[in-house]
Amino acid sequence: MMKNIPFAAAVGLFFTALYFFVAIFASLIAPYGMAEVVGDVWEPASADHWLGTDNIGRDLLTRMIYGGQTTIFIATVATIISFTTGSILGFLAAVLGGWADQLLSRFVDLVMSIPSLILALVILSVTPVTVPVLVLVMGLLDSTRVFRLSRAVAVDINVMDYVEAAALRGEGRRWIIFREILPNALSPLVAEMGLRFIFMVLFISTLSFLGLGVQPPMADWGGIVKENKDGIVYGIGAALWPAVAIATLAISVNLVADWILNRTTSLKGGRG
Amino acid sequence: MGPALKLVAQRLALGILLLFLVSILIFVGTLILPGDVAQSILGQSATPEALANLRAELGLNDPPLTRYFDWLGGVLTGDLGTALTNGKDIAEALGSRLSNTLFLAFWAAIISVPLAIFLGLLAVRYRERWPDKLISAVTLSTISIPEFLIGYVLMYFVGVKLGWAPTVSTIYDGMSLGQKLNSIALPVAVLTLVVLAHMMRMTRAAILNVMQSAYIETAELKGLTMFKIIWRHAFPNSIAPVVNVVMLNLAYLVVGVVVVEVVFTYPGMGQYLVDHVSKRDLPVVQACGLVFAAVYIGLNMLADIISILSNPRLRHPK
Repeated sequence: MMKNIPFAAAVGLFFTALYFFVAIFASLIAPYGMAEVVGDVWEPASADHWLGTDNIGRDLLTRMIYGGQTTIFIATVATIISFTTGSILGFLAAVLGGWADQLLSRFVDLVMSIPSLILALVILSVTPVTVPVLVLVMGLLDSTRVFRLSRAVAVDINVMDYVEAAALRGEGRRWIIFREILPNALSPLVAEMGLRFIFMVLFISTLSFLGLGVQPPMADWGGIVKENKDGIVYGIGAALWPAVAIATLAISVNLVADWILNRTTSLKGGRG
Repeated sequence: MGPALKLVAQRLALGILLLFLVSILIFVGTLILPGDVAQSILGQSATPEALANLRAELGLNDPPLTRYFDWLGGVLTGDLGTALTNGKDIAEALGSRLSNTLFLAFWAAIISVPLAIFLGLLAVRYRERWPDKLISAVTLSTISIPEFLIGYVLMYFVGVKLGWAPTVSTIYDGMSLGQKLNSIALPVAVLTLVVLAHMMRMTRAAILNVMQSAYIETAELKGLTMFKIIWRHAFPNSIAPVVNVVMLNLAYLVVGVVVVEVVFTYPGMGQYLVDHVSKRDLPVVQACGLVFAAVYIGLNMLADIISILSNPRLRHPK
């Protein structure tokens, strides 16, 4: 399987792995402390500070590394929440059918009829803005999309002969969901996971940029833009580094997701 | 009554029902959440008297159902209440900001829609050749960057380094149209880029889908010219998907506008909403949320209606 990875997917895989590696070992890799002031305001790039310094003289590379840690951590946890809630409810809706399916599906339609950023802003106006709240709000809002996908996939699988055989054998609902449906629905869900993860990175960056996400002195990519945006009009590009980071991460994850998606569609074609 | 009209009436009714449900969702979303709303607005250090005052002002002592219907009644009669932070009438403040936002979105749409359809056609015409690949590479990278960062990238290179456009988009009533357009040049460019990418990709997919149908092949085999095939067979059948794509993206503009307005400090709805979310000004947030949701739902409904009306099968019932 690992031998014939297409070039694009390999590049994507490499950069995705690199970002996660840097995020996990941020405190070992970062040259300075996260909130340590080490120089003048907005120093240009030099041997000591590869990306220069930020709006209050912290090393920008350090901020970017710690920022990546926060952003990737939040996005990962939110994706996990979104997937567990969305797929379990989606499978349940497909297996149960009837009014439970109707209720869940119509509720999801309702939530999806408003842009999630707007709904998130409404909710964040009354809740304290902390990392657990952010992760929950983002994860639950996004689980609606996972719900739709997993329900659609599970409805198809639910009518397969082997599921019927399991039901006739007298297996319970839990068995059918986790042992029959889940393994067969995994590939499209994994491909979707990449896209949802990217969406989460963009979402948390946007919220932080608006001042409603990660709060200072913690660093995150959206927050770094917010802190350094005033430099732009003086021709200081410090606020643009997160753009590079987010774009490369997003494109690499996209490349990997595309590859997984292609593999799964060819799989399906083979099956019938 | 033809089947098309009946479907349109159904969509309208559904849209109104949806809007009503969304108003409940927005209202409940700010209620059911853990903790006391008054407490989270004023913070931990608030005195009991201040809390009691705020609760009375927000009507938190009434049962939720009464409050909801008071609020809904107000919304339906155009009374959105007053802002907590400055005591001003929300409907008044929203009016001018909404027109500013629509002004911005209008120009972004005027530029991006024809451009997206043109680029989509170009990509289909040169499918799998370099123009198609170039277009899809560029659009993939604009999709991968959040709106606000595209904003700053443009501001940095076009606004500051080249000095072609103002980096702050202030507009007021006394300005001429030309001055206004100059001042919103950058935000319009950002919105155009963001929407263009989505719209172009979806247009390409929609037209490709139509071009691969059996009747196009039949027309080709009949010996019709390419022009005639596109005009008589492909075009009428791609109106519905393309209009759908356009409307979906106009709805997407509504969200993009929130962030882009903050980037360019443009006095529109989005900035108003974000400002008041951080000030925890509940009435303003609810009102803005409802307006945004209404525009979003309205555009989606319009997309459905147009695609019903443009569907030849529904227009000429047997």
